[in-house]
Amino acid sequence: MEKKAFGRPASLNDKIFTYCPGCGHGVVNRLLAESIDEMGIAENTIGVAYVGCGGMLYDFFNIDFAFPLHGRSPAAATGIKRVRPDKIVIGYQGDGDLAAIGTAEIIHAATRGEKLTVIFVNNGIYGMTGGQMAPTTLIGQDAATCPGGRDPEYHGKPIRMCEMLAQLDGVCYAERVTIDTPAHIRAAKKAIQKGIRNQMAQKGFSIIEVVSPCPVQWKLSPVDAYKRIEREVLPFYGLKIFKDTTEEEER
Amino acid sequence: MSKKLFMKGNEAIGEAAIRSGVMAYYGYPITPQNELTAYMARHMREKGRVFIQTESEITAINAVFGSSCAGVRAMTSSASTAMSLKQEGISHLAYLEIPAVIVDMMRGGPGLGNILATQNDYNQAVKGGGTGDYHTIVLAPSSVQEAADLTRLAFELSDKYRNPAMILADGTIGQMVESVEFPEPIDPSDIPERDYALTGCKGRPPRKAEPKNSAEELENHNLRLQEKYQTCMDTEKRSESILTDDAEIVVVSFGFVSRLAHEMVAELRAEGIKAGLFRPITLWPFDDDALKKAVENAKAVVVLEHNAGMMCSDIRMYLEGQKPIYFHGRMGGSIINTDSVKAKIRNVVNNKEDWRELHGKEGIWKTC
Repeated sequence: MEKKAFGRPASLNDKIFTYCPGCGHGVVNRLLAESIDEMGIAENTIGVAYVGCGGMLYDFFNIDFAFPLHGRSPAAATGIKRVRPDKIVIGYQGDGDLAAIGTAEIIHAATRGEKLTVIFVNNGIYGMTGGQMAPTTLIGQDAATCPGGRDPEYHGKPIRMCEMLAQLDGVCYAERVTIDTPAHIRAAKKAIQKGIRNQMAQKGFSIIEVVSPCPVQWKLSPVDAYKRIEREVLPFYGLKIFKDTTEEEER
Repeated sequence: MSKKLFMKGNEAIGEAAIRSGVMAYYGYPITPQNELTAYMARHMREKGRVFIQTESEITAINAVFGSSCAGVRAMTSSASTAMSLKQEGISHLAYLEIPAVIVDMMRGGPGLGNILATQNDYNQAVKGGGTGDYHTIVLAPSSVQEAADLTRLAFELSDKYRNPAMILADGTIGQMVESVEFPEPIDPSDIPERDYALTGCKGRPPRKAEPKNSAEELENHNLRLQEKYQTCMDTEKRSESILTDDAEIVVVSFGFVSRLAHEMVAELRAEGIKAGLFRPITLWPFDDDALKKAVENAKAVVVLEHNAGMMCSDIRMYLEGQKPIYFHGRMGGSIINTDSVKAKIRNVVNNKEDWRELHGKEGIWKTC
């Protein structure tokens, strides 16, 4: 018998992703689904979506999912986790959702040490609404609301959420990963699984920031968008484990 | 029933919520509802339930969304200017049909206003302060006892209709101390499980608290919501009519103001004026049939509110110009002087029309 080596993760249903060609959300959705499958937690997990392109993931997963308001994913996730502490609650947010309108919610869920795992997809732009400047848009990067490029004096400077959240005592794990190469994709999946394991071990709040491409709003081909990550994004948003108190405990 | 207790309205609502099986409470400090938050802080944790003082009212209402999605009774409370912050969340609860109980202890507005008791959130509560074609079930207590009773009812109606329900109370109700009895507590595990709760999909298909994205989906969803609201309107109207059968003057007021009005009606009766009181208990759905019946024999209707006539606009709509309506309201925390109102009612009875004479001196006086 021939063995099927690659297929759709069981945690994903048959619907076709609505993401644009080359969009990173498809990859990150898949990594989450594979992680859920491999850890055998689909029946015990509640997902919390967000408002933005990747928020459509609620429709693609074979697990329970809530769809909260823009930026309020950590508040809704807190509400779920506190009354269902035996369930695994996974938040998934974009950079407009987490780093702009929902800044208060993510900081306080993290600082309370809610036993949550949050996957934060940072593509430096508002995708769904038409390429507006995000809090994470890089200096000089062109966007609908910083035409000609982000001017730090006029538009302000980009925010580094993982670095910030790592300062909070409630956070047990903060890592930034990306998905521009197969090796980085494997590392991203490892980080997601670690974040979920931390929650299962009641260790605290875990955030995994995934630097991700948005070819359409970056106005690049998918290939060039992936290349831009290494060339322009990673020098500012460096890949790093900013905090891991769980490793210290294990040692 | 419990023994009779002497309690502040805010605390009575907290106790009633706990006895109604609330499993999660989220709140943020604001006067005049702080005793409720503090009561929940004292009692939820010891019962193994959830209390979080959130970083904002916005987080509170969205955490309510989360807990209620996960299948338990959940609640938040606030006041006026901060209730404005919850409106998007309330609208979203109505959209995805997630139950919740919300308490609004009204203070002065607009905006930050002041901390004194008013009724100036009628429009925000009854008309739907958030976006879209939705309704919140709005219950208006006039005493500490009724605040406790309506809290239980709010949880029941909210579950029954899968819709947010609000206790809309003058700040006075939260702050005053009266005797109150409570029904036996409900064991949360006796509350029927919600067949839409997100609990992990073990042994069943996945459940989603999900948006309706296409034009067709959202319109069909809205049509279903409208049908649900109609059922609620047909079934859940509550009001109290006192001495209205032969009344030539029917006073209409809700909440704390109806307490003043009730006393005033008794005094007018004592001096031979046939006055009556109509008091809506549900502000939405509004008991328009009972209102029409209450004013059947009335020469005039007098609406009293601690706002500029928010409910009065609805009274005009319900009565369709069939009766003259006189309105008096105070704003900013001043309390209606019933001696002034009585003098004006005497004039109305004697066909001396000077209702607006005090306008601007003692609040607002309008003829409609």
